[in-house]
Amino acid sequence: MDITYRRAIWQWGGSLLLTVVAFFVLRWCFQFIRNDESPRLLAALVALAVGVLGIWLVYWLSNQWISSIPFTSLREALTPLVFIAPAFLLLGTYLLYPALNTIYISFFDARSKNFVGLANYRFVFTDSDVHIAFRNNAMWMVIVTSVAVSAGLLIAVLVNRIRLESIAKSFIFLPMAISAVGASVIWRFVYAWQPPGRPQIGLLNAVVTALGGDPVAWYLYPPWNNLALMAIMIWMVTGFCMTIFSAAVKNVPDELVEAARIDGAKEFQVFFYVTIPYIRGVIITVSTTVLIMVLKVFDIVYVMTRGHYDTQVIANRMYLEMYRFAHFGRGSALAVLLFLAIVPAMIVNLRNLRRVETER
Amino acid sequence: MNRRIWASLSLIGVVAMLLTACGPTPTPQEVKVTVPVPVEVTRVITPAPTAPVGPYEHLARAKAGEFAGTKVTIFGVYTGEDANRFSAALVPFEQATGIDVEFEGSADFETLIIVRAEAGNPPDIAQFSQPGLVKKFAEDGKLVPLDTFMNMDQLKKDYIQSWLDLATFNGHLYGIFYRAATKSIVWYPTPQFQEAGYAIPKTWDELVALMDKMVANGHTPWCIPAEHGGGTGWVITDWVEDVLLRTAPPEIYDQWVKHEIPFNHPEIEEAMGYVAQIMFNEKYVYGGRQGILTTFVGQTAELFPTETEGPRCWMMKQAGWIPAFFPEGKKAGVDASFFYFPPIEEKYGKPVLGGGDPIGMFNDRPEVRAVMEYLATPEGAEVWVKTGGFISPNRSVPLEWYTNEMDRLQGEILKNADVFRFDASDMMPPEVGTGTFWKGMVDWLAGRKDTKTVLQEIEASWPK
Repeated sequence: MDITYRRAIWQWGGSLLLTVVAFFVLRWCFQFIRNDESPRLLAALVALAVGVLGIWLVYWLSNQWISSIPFTSLREALTPLVFIAPAFLLLGTYLLYPALNTIYISFFDARSKNFVGLANYRFVFTDSDVHIAFRNNAMWMVIVTSVAVSAGLLIAVLVNRIRLESIAKSFIFLPMAISAVGASVIWRFVYAWQPPGRPQIGLLNAVVTALGGDPVAWYLYPPWNNLALMAIMIWMVTGFCMTIFSAAVKNVPDELVEAARIDGAKEFQVFFYVTIPYIRGVIITVSTTVLIMVLKVFDIVYVMTRGHYDTQVIANRMYLEMYRFAHFGRGSALAVLLFLAIVPAMIVNLRNLRRVETER
Repeated sequence: MNRRIWASLSLIGVVAMLLTACGPTPTPQEVKVTVPVPVEVTRVITPAPTAPVGPYEHLARAKAGEFAGTKVTIFGVYTGEDANRFSAALVPFEQATGIDVEFEGSADFETLIIVRAEAGNPPDIAQFSQPGLVKKFAEDGKLVPLDTFMNMDQLKKDYIQSWLDLATFNGHLYGIFYRAATKSIVWYPTPQFQEAGYAIPKTWDELVALMDKMVANGHTPWCIPAEHGGGTGWVITDWVEDVLLRTAPPEIYDQWVKHEIPFNHPEIEEAMGYVAQIMFNEKYVYGGRQGILTTFVGQTAELFPTETEGPRCWMMKQAGWIPAFFPEGKKAGVDASFFYFPPIEEKYGKPVLGGGDPIGMFNDRPEVRAVMEYLATPEGAEVWVKTGGFISPNRSVPLEWYTNEMDRLQGEILKNADVFRFDASDMMPPEVGTGTFWKGMVDWLAGRKDTKTVLQEIEASWPK
């Protein structure tokens, strides 16, 4: 009795002392990292040390405190909360708080000073350029998602049969490794225009003039210029779809396919009645993932046209409002709308994921 | 059990490592400029005076070595060669004072400065490219009013009032104009121009006659490259503004900028008519309107002859910095020169449209004050003026410092201007000046909307 009592005191005292020490050490470290004067490399090393050891220390200390609680039921109730708290804190600070704040300032004026009610939303729904952005985002959503997903699926099924499968897949996957900005710069050269009669440096116009046509300024004329921009995204995303579909297609049991063939199914029937239903979950996941990627499209438009010539998209317009016009209210209103547009896709995606997991 | 705790702890550690690894990396888009100081530049450096004298208090104290060892950061729009030359202009100051002045330039300055100022991490000094942002930061209380410590009498001696007015908000001075530019000039290939027997037009009618003569000779008069990514549109707004100064009194221009008259005032429509007379004529412009909208602003090669053919176009209206974009080996003053964009209506004299780069101060420390004062003196511009490609709005900069004819001529045009006005689109609220005005001009030129509709839409977009 006496010994356990003394041990408890030691434990308490030790934890308390360590907590105080840890607090001051961590505080000093943060100040050191934040200070502009401290050498960059050393600051980075300290940050690394704090990141690893500090977090470990925090967990260890909280574990110490928890385990010193004498009541078993309370201890067991608290333990998971303490361990999950940092994750929630991080999510809260970097995800939940900005999201809520964005919604909040979308009801304020340009400098977030005066409450303006729904004025920003009224602007967003009446401005003709934003209307074009909504229309274009819808077009992007339908066209890019459907083309990229079906092309990815088709390629996955087709290359599954050939000998040089991995090489073919590598080539199609390659654009995925390029950043959207890099890809856009490449495509600028593809679409480059020179006056008729001059040597065409753009690939497409070189082909067109070689065939006897007049050079076309591809990204100048709506609505076709939107397709020219979408082609870039399709070029980039198809590889992603193909890779995942390829793995899924290989997962379709051979027995199933063989059985279908024995029953007299033709290639198309095998594809539509065996393969597709079997990988339905994957198709939904890939489609919603691509959909979310497409809804957020920004870099391609920013680099190619920055929204001129009726190619505006919501994310680009949001960027303009925030950083060019410094109108935080309108920018946030657009962000909120974009967020609302993405939520359904996210829900479908998560539901599907949960279902796939329970099926396993 | 124990092992599981260790496993989860190490997992947390890895996550933490990733988080911190993402932390202290510098903003990726900022381009750090290392400064190779040209040899000829070091020669012009005058040794620091032994006794601290001069009209500016902090500059004198800095030269006495009071702030040696401190550091001042400047963030701005100068990139590439401009950044090197700006940094070179700061070297004499650094040598005389022992203050380390670090310049960073970024093409995305206008975005990043807002982010940095909002995040409470602004540079000591910002080098802007137009007064609009100075106004925004001045009104937000982020910039330090310069009249609180600078010698205003000296400033009034060195700068004409309109430069000071442009950076004065709510009765306080927030910016010093470091570099000036004139936009009312037209570049042409000098030797070929003379060979072809073309004379420099002094009036609008002469200009139109010259254009028709060129067309009759099978030449294309203009190159109007305007494609500039998200900035596409400013070349056209510059044209409209330049013409407006020639067809309307300057008061109309001022009222238009301040929105005291509607944006679609008949005078503006008239000015656009003159612009359309040139830009909408396929015979006058290389590549026609498609060429205007798809050719990069800095594309000047067409102005010069090649081995096989003469110039593809004979005139280009662009500001004084365009020689930086001339093809390898082509020199301003030799291969190409400029003339003053001729007046239209005689009664409005010789107006000049121009621009300038103001410098503002975010952090108030004595060494920062010293840098600001240095940049306001002729001395602060000396190195750059002498290396060329730079026109100082500072009246006390002697004309002999300009080492090339082109810079001096621009200095003269600025000096002889009957009317000098700042680029209107830079002074309007950004959602108009860099938003609907640019976009409207692009739509107009692409033939998507007529003059009246475009002007009406811009008028409607003006923030209430």
